[in-house]
Amino acid sequence: MSSSYSGSSRTPKTATRPGRTLAILALVLVALLAAVFIQGATSVKLGLDLRGGTSVTLQPRLAAGESGAVTNAAIDQAVSIIRQRVNSLGVAESEVTAQGSGVNRQIVISVPGDTGRRVVDLVGQTAELRFRQVLVSGAPAATAVTAANATPPAGVSAATNAQYAALDCTKAANRQGTGTDKATDVIVGCDRNGSSKYILAPAEVLGRQVSKASAAINQTTGSGWYVLLTFDDSGTKSFGALTTRVTTLPAPTNEVAIVLDGLVVSAPRINEAITSGSAQITGSFTQIEAEDLANVLKYGALPLAFDRGEVQQISPTLGADQLHAGLLAGFLGLFLVVLYSLLYYKGLGVVSVGSLLIAGSLTYMLFLLLGKWLGFTLTLAGIAGAIVAIGITADSFIVYFERVRDEVREGRSLRSAVESGWLRARRTIIVADFVSMIAAALLYFFAVGGVRGFAFTLGLTTLIDLFVVFLFTKPILTILARMHFYSSGHPLSGLSAKALGILPASGALPSSVKEA
Amino acid sequence: MSKLSGLGGRLYRGDTSVDFIGMRRRWYAFSGVLVLASAIALSVSGLHLGIEFKGGSSFTVTQTNISVTDAQSAVTASGVAGETIIQKIGTNKVRVQTGALSVAQSNAIQDALAKKFGITTDTIDTQIVGPSWGKEITRKALYGLFGFLIVVLLYLAMAFEPKMAIAAIIAVIHDVFITVGIYALVGFDVTPATVIGFLTILGYSLYDTVVVFDKVRENTRTITSTSKMTYSQAANLAVNQTLVRSFNTSLIALLPVGSILFVGAGLLGAGTLKDLSLALFIGLATGTYSSIFIATPILARLREREPAMMALAKRVAVRGSATAVAAVKSAEGSSAVATAQKQEKRGPRNQPKRDRRR
Repeated sequence: MSSSYSGSSRTPKTATRPGRTLAILALVLVALLAAVFIQGATSVKLGLDLRGGTSVTLQPRLAAGESGAVTNAAIDQAVSIIRQRVNSLGVAESEVTAQGSGVNRQIVISVPGDTGRRVVDLVGQTAELRFRQVLVSGAPAATAVTAANATPPAGVSAATNAQYAALDCTKAANRQGTGTDKATDVIVGCDRNGSSKYILAPAEVLGRQVSKASAAINQTTGSGWYVLLTFDDSGTKSFGALTTRVTTLPAPTNEVAIVLDGLVVSAPRINEAITSGSAQITGSFTQIEAEDLANVLKYGALPLAFDRGEVQQISPTLGADQLHAGLLAGFLGLFLVVLYSLLYYKGLGVVSVGSLLIAGSLTYMLFLLLGKWLGFTLTLAGIAGAIVAIGITADSFIVYFERVRDEVREGRSLRSAVESGWLRARRTIIVADFVSMIAAALLYFFAVGGVRGFAFTLGLTTLIDLFVVFLFTKPILTILARMHFYSSGHPLSGLSAKALGILPASGALPSSVKEA
Repeated sequence: MSKLSGLGGRLYRGDTSVDFIGMRRRWYAFSGVLVLASAIALSVSGLHLGIEFKGGSSFTVTQTNISVTDAQSAVTASGVAGETIIQKIGTNKVRVQTGALSVAQSNAIQDALAKKFGITTDTIDTQIVGPSWGKEITRKALYGLFGFLIVVLLYLAMAFEPKMAIAAIIAVIHDVFITVGIYALVGFDVTPATVIGFLTILGYSLYDTVVVFDKVRENTRTITSTSKMTYSQAANLAVNQTLVRSFNTSLIALLPVGSILFVGAGLLGAGTLKDLSLALFIGLATGTYSSIFIATPILARLREREPAMMALAKRVAVRGSATAVAAVKSAEGSSAVATAQKQEKRGPRNQPKRDRRR
């Protein structure tokens, strides 16, 4: 168990090539800097708690009266429904994501800026799937009421007709589902993609009457995707009655729209009366389109309701305050650490200050790039993680410096102490950083919401710490050990006999005094 | 500073030595009292859980010269019944905390506050937590805690020795217990940020222990063949040798955490920064204490029970008394006895180490 480094550390190898290692570091820094400029990542993406906004965490569950299990596919469907609703607000950088896994998946909605209650009202409603007969359909743009369309078709009120004429489905704001469409009303609605608009009859078949839905491919031709749809008993009756009635009607009244959350997903024409309870929806579907439609139908069979887990509304003023406080704490912490390093380690302290600066700039550049690539956002907890990491990073230098000083106390020259001390300190640093990494990883997987940011930055900065210690602190110390200022044990070098507590009488001054 | 550095040298050579392991009963008793006090505090007053765990709502209004009574009358006007806590935070903030509310109720409070203070509802900082949400968070935190302990136990057992892993984990549990106890005793709010702080302490506390144990392992690698020190003595030397390092790493870690605490508590009054750094601050302090005073003595105790180590202790005892007796005989004086004792303390720790190294 305890075998790994004993043999080799006794006889330190000849100093490694510090110049080359530093060149690699410089290369990495330049490459990152170039990436920052090429990507145009000029600012760190800030979380809502730093710039103000509303975040809502929803816990999906089955709607009242349903039985079954919440599936991942249903949650994905719910995410896309909610995204459609949130996008209608037209706020840039709004995000709807599912977090976590299994039955505890949550939907997290974050909308920056002053939208407040509107978001909360918008996202909590259950989205229902309904089958409605199409009464009128047409091009998506708003139309003027002319003589030709002034008289509403049968079953459509004048008010609905006017509403239909004014509806402009080319605008994203109008393609918004709110879960407020009533099953018993005649409604106007847009196609989900905004390609057409409709007047729709009251719902005759409900989503929960669907028992099965799947995408399938025509076996004989090998192409032509379609959707297979099976209804339960009551659904079979209702759908049979609906199709029997509409199949002989003129277009578009022989179409039955599949409406999810007030938006038309598809409006297939009914070719024949379907009384068997099993229907095929054909069209020029691609595989993805067919699967999407099948998923919509499956979701409709088991609609989700949402428990409001957490709502957080942060005003931009508070956001700005928190950002300033976080930055202030960071600078204060950095300043204190730098001050202590310089006072205690004097000349060696310069190395730790340099290392911290490198680590700091690496962290900042990675924040920029990760924001661009992975959508990483910096939250208040994330800032706290980065500040705490200053301590972890500085700890590594101390472990190394103290090792070197111990080696010098043993009577080694500084040059060999830097090498043999490294071999010992390296192991301690790796083990300790690995424990930090385990902590960060577990925190990340078990934490909820904003505090995840803490775990992420803590893990990221621990990696950066390892990187900096290997590629900067060690080679720099190797180079400095060759300088007279350090190797002679100058009072300000942090390696003087007095600072190390070496007794003059013992004669254990660093042997390099003679060399230099 | 240089005095402290000189101390480092003396500690390293064993000139100055604190008998951490020999006096372990004292530390155990001290920790035992702390753990007992924590247990009593936990059972009597319990933890002061934030609304994230219980479910509830919090509304914060920022305005100069704001008063608690105005906020109180606004809440009363909203007609929402139930227990509310209204506090002033800093000079220009008032926070209203309530139990779990329906959407309509929380909207009513927002509207009432906005009307009272002549602001829009969007500028009220609001947090609403559903009642089932807290259970979820608690469950995840516990999973995180146990997952962490198990993974680290396995890792340390592989990287070091199984007994080191056990000693380190006992120290960590000790830290968490005392930190939680302090929270119960003082009545600080426990929020998810606090829990994250707790979990981070585990990593930190282990960092310290890892540094000490690394040195213990180095010092004890060849003790059975040299028979000059018992396991406890070698471990004690290791603690002394790493004392300056432990002190420095802990202090350096505390400096940034302290500045978050200062800024978080001083400028923002309440929130993530304060909760997180407070837990870290308390945990770091106990973590440093436990890796020196608890983890290493427990490790030494565990190892001393091994037959090989017991045999070693016997051999060392025989050698020690033999040299002492010889010294007394040759010198024949009271002052000589003192010297011999001193040598017994210093010599074996210092000399053999140098021999081995060269």
